[in-house]
Amino acid sequence: MKRQTLGLAIVALALLALPLVLTQIGTAWVRIANLAILFIFLSLGLNIVVGMAGLLDLGYVAFYAVGAYTWALLASPHFDLHLPFWVILPLGALFACIAGAVLGAPTLRLRGDYLAIVTLGFGEIVRIFMNNLSAPFNITNGPKGITRIDGMRIGDFNFTQTDTLLGIAFTGPAKYYYLLLLLLLGVIVVNLRLQNSRIGRAWVAIREDEIAAKAVGINTRNVKLLAFAMGASFGGIAGGMFAAMQGFVSPESFVLNESIMILAMIVLGGMGNVWGVIAGALLLSFVPEFLRYSVEPLQRAVFGRMLIDPEVLRMLLFGIALVLTMRFRPAGLWPEKRHQREMSQALEGTGA
Amino acid sequence: MDTFLQQLINGLTTGSVYAIVALGYTMVYGVIQLINFAHGEVVMIGAMVAFSVIMALVGAGTGLPPALVVLLGVLAAVPVCMAIGYALERLAYRPLRHAPRLAPLITAIGMSIILQHLALLIWGRDPRAFPQILENASFAIGGAAISTVQIAIILLSLLMMAGLTWFVHRTKFGIAIRATAEDVRVAALMGIDANRVIAATFVIGAALGAVAGVMVGTYYGIAHYTMGFVLGLKAFSAAVLGGIGNLAGAMLGGIVLGLVEALGTGYISEISDLCQWPLVGELLTERCAAEGHVILFGSNYQDVFAFLVLILVLVFRPSGLLGERVAERA
Amino acid sequence: MNSQLKTLSLSIAAAVVMIGCGKKEEAPQPAPQAAAPAPAAPAPVTVKIGHVAPLTGGIAHLGKDNENGARLAIDEANAAGIKLGGAPVKFELVAEDDQADPKIGNTVAQKLVDAKVAGVVGHLNSGTTIPASAIYNQAGIPMISGSATNPALTEQGFKNVFRVVGRDDQQGPAVANYLIATAKPKVAAVIDDATAYGEGLANEVEKTFKAAGIKVLPREKGTDKTADWKAVLTKIKGKKPDVVFYGGMDATGGPLLKQARELKINAVFSFGDGACTDKMAELAGAAAEGLICSQAGIPVQAAGKKFLDAYKAKFGIDPILYSPFTYDATWLLVEAMKKADSADPAKYLSALAASSYDGASGHIEFDEKGDRKDAEMTIFTMKEGKVTPLAIIKGDKSLTLDEYAAQSAAK
Repeated sequence: MKRQTLGLAIVALALLALPLVLTQIGTAWVRIANLAILFIFLSLGLNIVVGMAGLLDLGYVAFYAVGAYTWALLASPHFDLHLPFWVILPLGALFACIAGAVLGAPTLRLRGDYLAIVTLGFGEIVRIFMNNLSAPFNITNGPKGITRIDGMRIGDFNFTQTDTLLGIAFTGPAKYYYLLLLLLLGVIVVNLRLQNSRIGRAWVAIREDEIAAKAVGINTRNVKLLAFAMGASFGGIAGGMFAAMQGFVSPESFVLNESIMILAMIVLGGMGNVWGVIAGALLLSFVPEFLRYSVEPLQRAVFGRMLIDPEVLRMLLFGIALVLTMRFRPAGLWPEKRHQREMSQALEGTGA
Repeated sequence: MDTFLQQLINGLTTGSVYAIVALGYTMVYGVIQLINFAHGEVVMIGAMVAFSVIMALVGAGTGLPPALVVLLGVLAAVPVCMAIGYALERLAYRPLRHAPRLAPLITAIGMSIILQHLALLIWGRDPRAFPQILENASFAIGGAAISTVQIAIILLSLLMMAGLTWFVHRTKFGIAIRATAEDVRVAALMGIDANRVIAATFVIGAALGAVAGVMVGTYYGIAHYTMGFVLGLKAFSAAVLGGIGNLAGAMLGGIVLGLVEALGTGYISEISDLCQWPLVGELLTERCAAEGHVILFGSNYQDVFAFLVLILVLVFRPSGLLGERVAERA
Repeated sequence: MNSQLKTLSLSIAAAVVMIGCGKKEEAPQPAPQAAAPAPAAPAPVTVKIGHVAPLTGGIAHLGKDNENGARLAIDEANAAGIKLGGAPVKFELVAEDDQADPKIGNTVAQKLVDAKVAGVVGHLNSGTTIPASAIYNQAGIPMISGSATNPALTEQGFKNVFRVVGRDDQQGPAVANYLIATAKPKVAAVIDDATAYGEGLANEVEKTFKAAGIKVLPREKGTDKTADWKAVLTKIKGKKPDVVFYGGMDATGGPLLKQARELKINAVFSFGDGACTDKMAELAGAAAEGLICSQAGIPVQAAGKKFLDAYKAKFGIDPILYSPFTYDATWLLVEAMKKADSADPAKYLSALAASSYDGASGHIEFDEKGDRKDAEMTIFTMKEGKVTPLAIIKGDKSLTLDEYAAQSAAK
């Protein structure tokens, strides 16, 4: 027990010191770390829907978009509104939650693979609307996106400036890092608490066998709706943070590929297992950076020119990883214990 | 009136293509209840292979008649796609046949990404222009124009649908497919080799997809490594609209979706012009006077129609236009 | 300890940057600001200039072209033996890849700020340039884009943001006015691909048509992947337009033109620079003949011959699209540093804003927003499968290629 506490303290200290070290190498690395945390946050949100409740959602990025646009519209010169964060961040979560419920209510009785396609369609519809709601009334500014979005600001504490505290300079990205870390901690606690809660168990029951779950008295419709709405809210919060950090949103940031990327993080890491999902998200966040700095120079050294674009290679590897994971480790690289048992059992027949 | 007729012809042509692609989804789904997400990519590869063959034949200056060149393109694309269809089933889906439902679906997404990026590596990122070799004469009917390529696509689609219907209902192997779709285990007890039947549905679907790919390529004159994805989604929507697992349904769904898209794109802006609406129009009199129209939804929403149809059908009539109640089987 | 760590990490960062652009060079010198006017026999100072464009992904070839333009200017500047504050200067290009993704664009912008570049040439896309400009603005680093045409870039009020390419709202009126003068349309149809580029350009064309009293049909749209334009075109055909303008790329513009002619629409078709390529002839076949299209700037044929030859000699290929602009942008930075006799952004920024420079893409001066004054636009037509320049538009004057050449020679 004591050793565990010590280990935890070391990890915590390392995480707190990380931006200071990274700033020394280059503030750009703090930004990369921030994006990685944002994606861990997103994949933990989606984990509630896909990993715990077993509902394959291919349009998760829609909720992310709702959160981002809520922040962008309410805190930018676009409508000349500059509401404080404690209004727009919860509002973004609320709108995303409503969007989740609106999508979920009619579709959650559909079987898994139909649900996947419907959510995919929903994600595309949301993007198409964001892209086209500039006429006849300009709401989203269309494909041009929204610029000069306000950053995070708590009172006089501005997250976009550099502040010096105790002789150490904290840059804007470093401050966002701590904020994101705090939010991440929140979503991890929620995930862990949910795992062993009444609701969490109900989700797992539905995931394993919906008819049996219904038979033991679980209100499957409401419980599924809850998973959907909760996952969507986290997407909304992540979206708000994205808008604040970037200062710019446009529909091209919310394409289907982002949904698939987040899904891949969960699938690869281990559906349902919080630590597995975190590991998966970290892996997939840093692989592209790694490929960028290794593949191109390597190819130039060996072949004298670039044969495979690192971006193409990355997508190919993603595809292969998804297929191989499902084939050989269907519960992910770091599986949830219960899920592992279930996934390894050969179920007879699929239709019944 | 001629505009309306022209939109019907446009819709019928794209609808025929959707129908042929939808058949691939619906056959596989009928037998093993799997959405073969990668089917759209098979169609794309069909177009690409045909493109390469046609380019090579034109470039070599063989002097063959254009129709024969295109036919040779099709003849090359079909076996390649059949091989891919077979490989998909054997390597990706068969090992997962008894896995939970999510597993094959995620594998299918993975295969789709792999095929797309392999095509990118082989055929490059730029759109490939199909050489314009077919004499594209148009005929006037009632003020609208229909081209030879459009006639060929519609006729060929009808022919393939008829052929497939005959095959499934009148041949021994077709009956085996239907038996397997009804109940895998009982069919197996009757001495039907389920593995062979399942592989066959993939291969037949891929062959149809290859032909559809060449149709699309010659019709629009363009092939691109991303073309399969949206086409696949729309065709899947068509299959669901008609009642997934139901061959006649897929054909009907495809044609209905094609018509909905063409007419929707053609008329939505006139319907959603707020200036003609009784109450709203009065609020906007100034803008209406200045601009002549205040259109809520224009052709920019054309890709929404397919998804909307999909969602509405699944929510209100999951069995589709012609299907039996399948969605309840959880 | 701290300073040691800093030096170490700085060199790691520099090493990473260098691996990134695949070049081996000696360890970097301290930041340019450190180079105060030195006494006799001063040591050479390295001035870093950043360049950002997508080097991987869908438009990597255009990104590479942009980078080549900047690299050529850097090499020429180094060969010219420029001195700042009495010390010889070695310019170094720090090339970064933003993959045309705004997220990555911000990260690499930060990388350039970390590397303490004296100025930035880029980015390529408006979508990455606009968010990144805020980061450069905060760091006080001047940036010049050679290809971001979205008006919003210079409407943000940033003093350090410039562009040498014409804005969408400069290009749109040019092509629209040309159409009004030559085709004399009564009814016009405007279509776009619902991207920032296509829609922006189409909006400006529509505005110009309307101002001239031409009836413009309700806007029709596709996407940047649309292959089937038949439904949209059929709708337009019923309204009998005299000209059709499409804001979008050649990959979608080609099928659009081909299908329009199949539907027997006889209007004049015209396009912006995204569909002003020879590829249109391949994609639309015979239907492409006679299309009208525009490009920002002067045609490659009219671009400084010196630039064309130098580019070809160095890279073995012809410039593709925006490299004359990134070449000019890089030289503008260098010239401004020369004028201010300093590579310190705070010192040379005012010199940059007051630039008056004759480059490969014509004469360049900036207005108060940082846009190019009187940017030239060129109108092309498709002739025997090649886009051929018809006229060069400067301000509200329209000149033929020969007239333009005569005018430039006279200067």
